[in-house]
Amino acid sequence: MRSVFKIGVPMVAAALALSACGGTSGGDNNAGGSGSGGKACDLKIGFFGALTGDAANLGINIKNGAELAVNQYNEKNANCKVTLTSFDSQGDPAIAPGLAQKAVTDKKLIGIVGPAFSGESKAADPIFDSAGLNTISASATNPALADNGWKTFHRVLGNDATQGPAAAKYIKDVLKAQKVFVSDDTSEYGKGLSDIVKKDLGSLVAGTDQTAADGKQDDFSATVTKAKASGATVFFYGGYYSNAGKLVKQLKDGGFTGTFVAADGVKDDGFIKGAGAASEGSILTCPCLPPDKAPEFAEAYKKAYNTDPATYSAEAYDAANVFLDAIAAGKTDWKDVTEFIKTYDKQGVTKKIKFDDKGEPAEVSVWAYKVQDGKIVPDQEIK
Amino acid sequence: MDFSLLFSHFPELTITGLAYGAIYALIALGYTLVYGVLRLINFAHSEVFMYGAFAAVWVLMALGGGKASGLGIAGYLLIAFLSAMTVSALIALLLERVAYRPLRKRNSPPLIALISAIGASFALSEAMGLRDKPFKWFGQENAFQDYVGRPREASPFPLKIDVVRLFSIGNYQVSNIDLIVLGAAIVMMIVLDQFVNRSRLGRGIRAVAQDPEAAALMGVNRDRVIRLTFVLGGAMAGAAAVMYLLKVGQVRYNSGFLLGVKAFTAAVLGGIGNLRGALLGGFILGVAENYGQAVFGGEWRDVVAFTLLVVILLFRPTGLLGESLGKARA
Repeated sequence: MRSVFKIGVPMVAAALALSACGGTSGGDNNAGGSGSGGKACDLKIGFFGALTGDAANLGINIKNGAELAVNQYNEKNANCKVTLTSFDSQGDPAIAPGLAQKAVTDKKLIGIVGPAFSGESKAADPIFDSAGLNTISASATNPALADNGWKTFHRVLGNDATQGPAAAKYIKDVLKAQKVFVSDDTSEYGKGLSDIVKKDLGSLVAGTDQTAADGKQDDFSATVTKAKASGATVFFYGGYYSNAGKLVKQLKDGGFTGTFVAADGVKDDGFIKGAGAASEGSILTCPCLPPDKAPEFAEAYKKAYNTDPATYSAEAYDAANVFLDAIAAGKTDWKDVTEFIKTYDKQGVTKKIKFDDKGEPAEVSVWAYKVQDGKIVPDQEIK
Repeated sequence: MDFSLLFSHFPELTITGLAYGAIYALIALGYTLVYGVLRLINFAHSEVFMYGAFAAVWVLMALGGGKASGLGIAGYLLIAFLSAMTVSALIALLLERVAYRPLRKRNSPPLIALISAIGASFALSEAMGLRDKPFKWFGQENAFQDYVGRPREASPFPLKIDVVRLFSIGNYQVSNIDLIVLGAAIVMMIVLDQFVNRSRLGRGIRAVAQDPEAAALMGVNRDRVIRLTFVLGGAMAGAAAVMYLLKVGQVRYNSGFLLGVKAFTAAVLGGIGNLRGALLGGFILGVAENYGQAVFGGEWRDVVAFTLLVVILLFRPTGLLGESLGKARA
């Protein structure tokens, strides 16, 4: 008798829970479907990216940018608020698909700002595409992402096919290097970038080496030896800031005197904090706008988070605003949102936000930044 | 494959490999000491290392080590070593008290202790990675921001040591950091080796390792010997932590894991349970990684190191020096 009771109670509870789930998801579908008619409330915008893990800073910058846009929208539309929900992927392509599956079951979700990194985008975007949920990434820069025919894929920044050549151009024209050492962390993003840089630099490449994935290597002494032996005056690294901080310190300590050049994945204060004085003079490219070019945004951001906007905060703000404009226009069905984004054309804080048929931004600018007195400051636009 | 770099930069690859190998070796000592006495792999030893590194960073921050110069640097470096070694030893002691002793008293099978070790490792590492939370619970978000703010990010070593090239071996100019790391490691190793082989307490350690019951009959306090091995292993890990900070310049809550795996490998390579084996294993692993990367490229670094481990264990299943702590006489 006791044992029957023991099994019976959880069974009943489980059955109740199941039926409850069925009820709510049905309700969600209705709300989504009827959206184009009356104005639906309780809608959501998702953030998809790393909030914890080795590259969490980059994700937090993006989330804050999107959150600011949502908060500003809510101030204007206090009677019909939008919420931002987070999907913390830890930047891990193995975790991303599960989260994406979870996201596409929520019909109140109008769009995703993200996925943040290229690796996780490759893993999660097919799921968003087959479900029809639109994504606008503020940071994924691998060029091949746009070539998959995903109808829901968009991004508001230039890809590595523009950033890579820009980095190579800066190395050739501004640093006037004759010998360059090119290295990466074997990630989707890092290797893609370093391959483009290698191709563009051609015969200037004096040596190459690869490191372990971000956060998976502490000792880079053999890489340092290789870089010095190659006689290079510029060291290009395709990867993220956690490895880059340790690498640049060991390069300087090991006697490498050239310039350290890396891309947007390293453009974070975590790089300077980790490397200390060794990071001084490093060049970081980024298809993102310096904050002083968008003063109003920078001011609002500083007020909200008590810190200057960091890499991709402004891009995330623009991406979130596309979805918020869609909501304001009453587009709540995912198909309608796709059409809305296709015809979107508006000045954002980073650039004119307009997408081509592959989901790439119509206008792109790449900037070089420099580490000076322990801060990342804009150096010049690479044209 | 490219052997030219290996030959042209042999001294540099060897010295930097030895310097990093010294860090492996010091951590490996902790694994091997505990294994010798308890027949237990203390997987949480990597976190003992990580806490030591944070202790060194925080103590120097509190004392204003960032502004030190000249002779002051040497003083601060000594403080860093002392604080890291003390904290690491205390954490190791705590680990023994909380995670292992209760199990030992109940005669649990070794597998249970292994799971306890892995659990303790996660708990310690996450406690460091979530260190801002207790302050938030009590509404003190802004207290100690320099120490507990952004707990998942790297904390830099405050002491700024200018790299000075002292003398050259072949075409490599040895730097002061190489020398400090190698020198301190060798001093530590000699002290530990002499302590275990010559002192009365060391004899107790060897006796328990050889035959715990006979040792108890002869009046050796087994619990005290076990505590002592944890303290010794912890202190070595603390010293390794400061060397790691000198070389790498930063530490984060999960820094222990990678080094722990490598140091454990080094201990097995040299023959786990054997002190000198752990040293040899650490140095060989450090150098092999460098050579491997020079010849095959960075992406092959770990492949080379672990292939070496498998090959050595094929021919010498008990590791290079084999013998356990109790039997090692030399």
